[in-house]
Amino acid sequence: MELDWYLSLSAVLFTIGVIGVLTRKNAIVVFMCAELMLNSVNLTLVSFSAQHGDVHGQILVFFSLCVAAAEAAVGLAIIIAIFRNHLTVDISQINLLRW
Amino acid sequence: MESVNELVTILPAIIIGFAGLLVMMLDAYIENVRLVFRTTTLFTLGALGIAINDMFGHSGEAFYGLITYGGTAAFGAVLVLIGTLVTVILSRDYLEKTGSHIAEVYSMILFGTFGMLILVSANNLVTLFLGIETMSICLYVLAGLVKNEKKGVEAALKYFLLGAFSTGFLLYGMALLYGASGSTFLTDIATLDDKGMIYWAGVALLLVGFFFKISAVPFHMWTPDVYQGAPTTITAYMATASKSAAFVAFIFVLSRALPEARAEWGDVIWLFSILTMVIGNVLALVQDNVKRMLAYSSIAHAGYILIGLAAGTDAAYSAVLFYLFAYTLMNLGAFGIVAYYEWHKGLDFTEVKNYAGLGFKQPVMGVLMSIFLFSMVGIPPFAGFIGKYRVFAAAVDEGLISLVVVGVLASAASVYYYLRVLINLYMHESDPGITLIRPGVLYSATLIILAALTIYFGVKPGDLTNLLGSFKGISY
Repeated sequence: MELDWYLSLSAVLFTIGVIGVLTRKNAIVVFMCAELMLNSVNLTLVSFSAQHGDVHGQILVFFSLCVAAAEAAVGLAIIIAIFRNHLTVDISQINLLRW
Repeated sequence: MESVNELVTILPAIIIGFAGLLVMMLDAYIENVRLVFRTTTLFTLGALGIAINDMFGHSGEAFYGLITYGGTAAFGAVLVLIGTLVTVILSRDYLEKTGSHIAEVYSMILFGTFGMLILVSANNLVTLFLGIETMSICLYVLAGLVKNEKKGVEAALKYFLLGAFSTGFLLYGMALLYGASGSTFLTDIATLDDKGMIYWAGVALLLVGFFFKISAVPFHMWTPDVYQGAPTTITAYMATASKSAAFVAFIFVLSRALPEARAEWGDVIWLFSILTMVIGNVLALVQDNVKRMLAYSSIAHAGYILIGLAAGTDAAYSAVLFYLFAYTLMNLGAFGIVAYYEWHKGLDFTEVKNYAGLGFKQPVMGVLMSIFLFSMVGIPPFAGFIGKYRVFAAAVDEGLISLVVVGVLASAASVYYYLRVLINLYMHESDPGITLIRPGVLYSATLIILAALTIYFGVKPGDLTNLLGSFKGISY
């Protein structure tokens, strides 16, 4: 198995996620990019797990999927609350708190 | 029977988890906020008692070594539970007065505390990750507790987005360490001989993840916004319990999983410690909002604590634990007083200049605030002084003189912004139209106990420091 390919793919996906979080303005897109980061890590874990012939990595993937689901539930609720208060989800316009 | 024993090993966490579920059900079927509050207080008090007892000798492993408990972990549990108990007690009055007293607060606090208790006793990357995330997700909810408060919801959004971002780094670091070592147990990662690029990338990403959670500069951007926007007693909870838990877990990761790389991460933490102390203190100087000032001050405190981690010896770790204890007491107290001033609906007590003359209106609260702030400055005879002294002394023993010099200068600069609050409280004329509400007995008694402990452990730290010094055998 060519481990390097899997690792490179997940590193590229992770980087796309980081760049997305740092540059995008829409809260939902930012959140999707954060989820992309988590899922690219899951890919890393699964490929290491297969490489080592060890199941612990895949167990961690299951937990990280659960956490991502819980985070999505809370996150989307927060984004709805933001929209009700500010009538926008553009994070550059949500700036009552600064410095 | 084996599994029952394992549950008993981490009894405080089990009690808190059970209490969280119970409280949620009580709220659904009985809808009595007072009852929920009493149940929460009772269970937290019980768990705290057991955790205090666990510091003296009880230790063990559970769930195939995923959890190790006792010694340092038990002390971490005590810190977390003190934070939780005080937050619960202060939250009742604060949320009642500000008109957002809902019972869900208590179950979210309990579930968050459960996550912290797992975090401080984690011996495996899986439990570490789950502990951090259980804690963080509950904190996102708590920050945005008041749904129609614009600043609170904004704080929740910022906390959530940056928290999810930092989780990505943390998990990537864990994945790479797992890939390099083939095991998720902290102690197995330490035995790795062949340290390649994957290992070092994993260490770096893991450190970034932790720096986010303990809000070290330059990963601190979320802290002031979240601390300012969240309800004040919840801010106290985030600033004390969650930070103590993250620091204890950080100590375990550094000392169990990465002991051989100490020279490398020692240098990294050295750098971040200086950045955190300098930038945290400088930005605190220019704040007018009291909560925001306290947020920057907590960043600065994280910098002092990082000095101890950079030293990385057993003595330094026990000094860090003492510092965390003092930090928990004085921050809970200071945020508790700020929350008390915020009770007064219609009066704006967010800016430091609005505190003018309040010290004489309710003398007890003014005196307590002075005690907590003097302790934060690090003036004897308060616990904050002993904490700083012990961390600095441990660093000097390791030859980190430059770090200690920066630390001492930074805490000298911090006198300005702490005393500015006191000068406003006592030396400015107050508006005669303002009358302050008398705080309830439970509220003021809690704050008085915190102040008494701050003084007691400042005058007589010996017992606690001896206890912390005895932990190294069982826990690192």
